[in-house]
Amino acid sequence: MTQDNHGKAHKYGMVIDLDKCTGCGSCMVACMSENNVPFKENETDKKDSITWMKVFKLTNGKPFPDIDTCYLPRPCMHCGGKGDHGHSPCISVCPATATDYGYDTGIVSQIYTRCFGCRYCMGACPYHARYFNWWDPKWPDGMEEYLSPDVSPRMRGVVEKCSFCYHRYQEARDRAYHEERRDHIEEGEYQTACTQACPAGAITFGDLNNPEHEVYKLVKPDPHNCGRPREPKAFRLLERLQTNPKVYYISEREWVRKAGDNYRKGEWGKEIKVSHGKGH
Amino acid sequence: MKIDRRSFLGLGLGAAAGVAASPVTWKLTDDLSIWTQNWPWTPVPRDGEVTYDDTVCSLCPGNCGISVRKIAGRAVKIEGRSGYPVNDGGVCLHGISALQYLYDPSRVQAPMVRKGDSWKTVTWEEAITLVAEKTKTLRESGKADAVACITDNNRGTISGLCKRFLMAVGSQNFYTMDTMDKSWEMLISKIHGLNASAGFDIANSDYVLSFGTGFIEGWGSPVSNFIANSSRKERHAKLVQVEYRLSSTAAAADQWIPAKPGTEADLALAICSVMINDNLYDKGCVKKFGKEFDVFAKLVTEKYAPELVTRTTGIDASKIRSIAADFAKAKAPLAIAGRGKGDSAGSLMEFAAVHALNCLSGNINKKGGFWTIAKDEPLTWPSLEMDDVATKGYAKATIGENSSVSKLFEAVNSSENGSPVEMLMVCNANPCYNLHNAKGVQEAVKKIPFVVNISSYMDDTANLADVILPAHMFLEMSQDLYTSSGTTQRVTSLSKPIASPIFDTKHPGEAVIMIAKALEGSIASSFPWETYDECLESVTGEMWSTLSEEGFIDSGSQASEVSAMDFSLFASFKGFTMPEGDKKNYPLTLVQVDHMRLASGTFASSPFAVKTVSDSILKDSDSLVEINPETADQVGVSDGDIAFIETPVGKARVKVNLFDGIMPGVIAMTEGLGHFAGDNHYIGGKGVNVNELIGPVTDPDSGLDAAWGIRARLSRA
Repeated sequence: MTQDNHGKAHKYGMVIDLDKCTGCGSCMVACMSENNVPFKENETDKKDSITWMKVFKLTNGKPFPDIDTCYLPRPCMHCGGKGDHGHSPCISVCPATATDYGYDTGIVSQIYTRCFGCRYCMGACPYHARYFNWWDPKWPDGMEEYLSPDVSPRMRGVVEKCSFCYHRYQEARDRAYHEERRDHIEEGEYQTACTQACPAGAITFGDLNNPEHEVYKLVKPDPHNCGRPREPKAFRLLERLQTNPKVYYISEREWVRKAGDNYRKGEWGKEIKVSHGKGH
Repeated sequence: MKIDRRSFLGLGLGAAAGVAASPVTWKLTDDLSIWTQNWPWTPVPRDGEVTYDDTVCSLCPGNCGISVRKIAGRAVKIEGRSGYPVNDGGVCLHGISALQYLYDPSRVQAPMVRKGDSWKTVTWEEAITLVAEKTKTLRESGKADAVACITDNNRGTISGLCKRFLMAVGSQNFYTMDTMDKSWEMLISKIHGLNASAGFDIANSDYVLSFGTGFIEGWGSPVSNFIANSSRKERHAKLVQVEYRLSSTAAAADQWIPAKPGTEADLALAICSVMINDNLYDKGCVKKFGKEFDVFAKLVTEKYAPELVTRTTGIDASKIRSIAADFAKAKAPLAIAGRGKGDSAGSLMEFAAVHALNCLSGNINKKGGFWTIAKDEPLTWPSLEMDDVATKGYAKATIGENSSVSKLFEAVNSSENGSPVEMLMVCNANPCYNLHNAKGVQEAVKKIPFVVNISSYMDDTANLADVILPAHMFLEMSQDLYTSSGTTQRVTSLSKPIASPIFDTKHPGEAVIMIAKALEGSIASSFPWETYDECLESVTGEMWSTLSEEGFIDSGSQASEVSAMDFSLFASFKGFTMPEGDKKNYPLTLVQVDHMRLASGTFASSPFAVKTVSDSILKDSDSLVEINPETADQVGVSDGDIAFIETPVGKARVKVNLFDGIMPGVIAMTEGLGHFAGDNHYIGGKGVNVNELIGPVTDPDSGLDAAWGIRARLSRA
């Protein structure tokens, strides 16, 4: 495959500025609308409520009036796995090869027709980013009209999750190819639905391997350390599990950054040694 | 052949190895997964050419530009419209969900007439004739003024047509729902003597002092506020939130000032007293425009010194002084008021106290400040014909005092000899849900002999109507829209139909024209247009060509110059609005809070929006009540308990949600739940409508309903 990207494959990722996020929910709905995510009459049991993008509310745990809260949107982290070689927790356990790593994009795929619903991946995912279809989707009469042909509706018995709007990547790639730009996709050409919708501009999406892209500039991923952010205000969720997520968060608030992982007493603020396996 | 243990194991292992080495297992699992997924009922969306159509969303007063993605002409997705002056590409969750409103099968699909407890579907002609006959009978018996009409707002051709219809019939009883915009306009007219609306240049202010406004919870024009909030860091601007609860806005703010509920005006006046006594105010401005400033200065110095106000507000005097210093020091300070989304009128004195800060800072009609924006009537209506009946009826006073819609229903409920309103027309509004003491309003509506509802949905009000005229939803129709709430920017826009009507509906404006035409005589001749579109084109006059070509007109910010600041107002204020109920029986204060993800206006939330709502707001069919753990201990309830909440107005079953972010002694419930069940199983019948627990409290200074809470008690079920 020809790469017109500084000789490297793409590594699409997302940076979410938690100080800008207002918890408005636009990203969640943009995602559901873009990806034909179904809905049920009662969605208050959050364990079976399918939300590829989910906004969590964090609190610093202090009493009134010292309490502080923060919203944290959680898409699929598109983990690179230990050593960033593409062995993400879910891919490693899938017996059906229904979920796979795109080495050209860094995107973790989900192929519904291959999935037979064993849900190992759900157990393996430390971010609860995967959801199981316990029921067939049912749209009220006539509402199927708004379904998009770009993403196939799922059926009972399969697992689904955020795909970084992969169909938008395919569309951008096709256009680039058609316009004889080979694999050169402009930053603005491929953006996820949540990024596009976010009214606060809190979400940035792009190629983490491309120093020109905004995502790179925001977090300065360290290529020798599996993409760990060099920007001190940036962090990834559960960093020490070495899942190497492609979703980064930024916050000025220390307690928010601390909430991104578990720390033993006295550990916060010190460099925690994690072996990242052998490099490339 | 004898099968011994050795050969049995050998054969078994061999078979296992053979199966493992062959692709049979994988082939079978693959086939199995494909076979179990080939359900004929899984939809296969049709493919086709992708196009985009631009229009403007009118689900809330923000009026964002939206872009509808279509596939082979079929609307599939709504996105923000880049470059549009209000939202520049951003879009809120309700706007994105608009297609769920469009394709909703629980919409009113054809005109309906009530027959006892059930509905009968009729033709448009029959429905219009029925409404016209009723109007005619009332006019003939000299009761033209017994016709009343309620719309959601006072802008544009749809409400213009309703108002015109009422005038032609002969009634002054035209009402709009009370919002903070009404209070701001009233205040501007009292303080500055101007006929202008309020504008807040939040995006350019470097110090926003917000008194409980849900600045990022849907206040004003939501998306433009999100954008302004995001740029705060880069602009080095501060947001200070005065609120008794850690709302999303308070959590996003640089400083959170948890003043006790109902003491916001005290706090604002205390800040004024510091500014005046420490010489931190714009003397030039006050000297030039201020009237009876000395009286005001004396009032705040004597009654609102920080040390005195500390007791009422619970905020330290030193903190009040530091806010005053910061506010005065800022280059472009701005004080804003209007609780939550600004859906209710609020206390005029509170607005005045907050606005006194803007006056003292002198930051009026300047970049980053408070603006008084000229209120011109954008539409040119042809002259109206009123016959004798109309003239006589129109001369009579309104049934609801001060044109307050709450007062209208109070008048109906308190009348002993039949309802003073004999025909009520409701257009794009849901008073039976949105007004305080919603149950009381429903009782009143039941007493009104004839209720016509022009609505797309079977909502709480439509359910009690006698005739429902089903309206297009906004994606099916043209209309003129005026962005004005919250921002300094005034954008006039034209929404365009992006889908053909799905059901047997009509444009709400067209429905009004049809009724007028059926009435003949002077009423019919006051509506000379064949269709609504013809009316729109003619009354928008000079704006039409730009609107139809460009889609919108951005008039920017045109200020009405301020030449007076009448501080004498403060001496005449009768007082703050305190919640109804006595402390002894009702030890807690229940407040209604707004949440961006729950629509709380005319429209109920879409299935997508409801899905995003946390289970700490709605769980199964129970609304959750937010309570501080300390208060919960005192009351004897714990997290997840089912409890009863009682107020002087109503009682409801709720679930307990412990939240450290709410002030002890205060409990909160989220607006936007407890809608009429009907055929909408996604939002209908879920949770409690907090407006059924809170009664209206008339503000002695504005005459409008200014309730923001009520005394309450909570007990475990």
